[in-house]
Amino acid sequence: MRKIAGLISWLVLVAFLVSGMLLLHPFGYPTPSDMDDYIIENAQEETGSNSVVASVVFDYRGFDTLGEATILFTAVTGVLLLLRTRKRKEESS
Amino acid sequence: MLSKIVRTVANQLILFILTFGLYIIAHGHLTPGGGFQGGAVVVSGVVMLLVAFNSQELKKSLRERLLTIMESTGALIFAILGFVGIGTTFFYNILVGSPVFGRIPPSGAGPGDFWTAGYIPPMNFAVGLKVIAGLTAVVLALALFASGEEVEE
Repeated sequence: MRKIAGLISWLVLVAFLVSGMLLLHPFGYPTPSDMDDYIIENAQEETGSNSVVASVVFDYRGFDTLGEATILFTAVTGVLLLLRTRKRKEESS
Repeated sequence: MLSKIVRTVANQLILFILTFGLYIIAHGHLTPGGGFQGGAVVVSGVVMLLVAFNSQELKKSLRERLLTIMESTGALIFAILGFVGIGTTFFYNILVGSPVFGRIPPSGAGPGDFWTAGYIPPMNFAVGLKVIAGLTAVVLALALFASGEEVEE
């Protein structure tokens, strides 16, 4: 019974992966570029920044950068929390 | 603590590294780079000091409480600047056209003007402050932990 279930789940997984591989975007062909064209044409007038990358990172995709900053904040908080146990141990003893 | 030659060279080099990092942060809207990258450059200078001197020497001049406050301030400035333009959308660049950082450069490639790009330079400064303080605190805490000393509150 367990072998049959394992075989079925294996077949489903293989079918999923192979279908995903076949449905993959053809290598080397560009994806639809409407968004890129809009940003390249309008970024300088809309944000006034000479660097389009900066305008994308901080303006068009600012929410993503907020997430990055949150990741950094969480990492720093975690490191400082973990490495401060030494002091608490000395206080309790 | 390494030899006197290494310490002297690190003392001379740290000024240039800090200047270069602050330059990358300040010109994030004109040249490649920005808050994250410039902050990483500055923190690489701090790591150089940490290697040349030991962590005890560095702990005297860097208070961890101050670093934590700096990082929180940077995150807060970033979030507040994101919320300023909430009348239109989240992260709407409301400073374009205003007297502060409001100039719009001529279309196409150009030498660049520092007072452009709306809220992107203040955001770069906020992120730079955050990255400098956060990574410095992490590196210092790791070094102090490795040397067996307690982290100063």
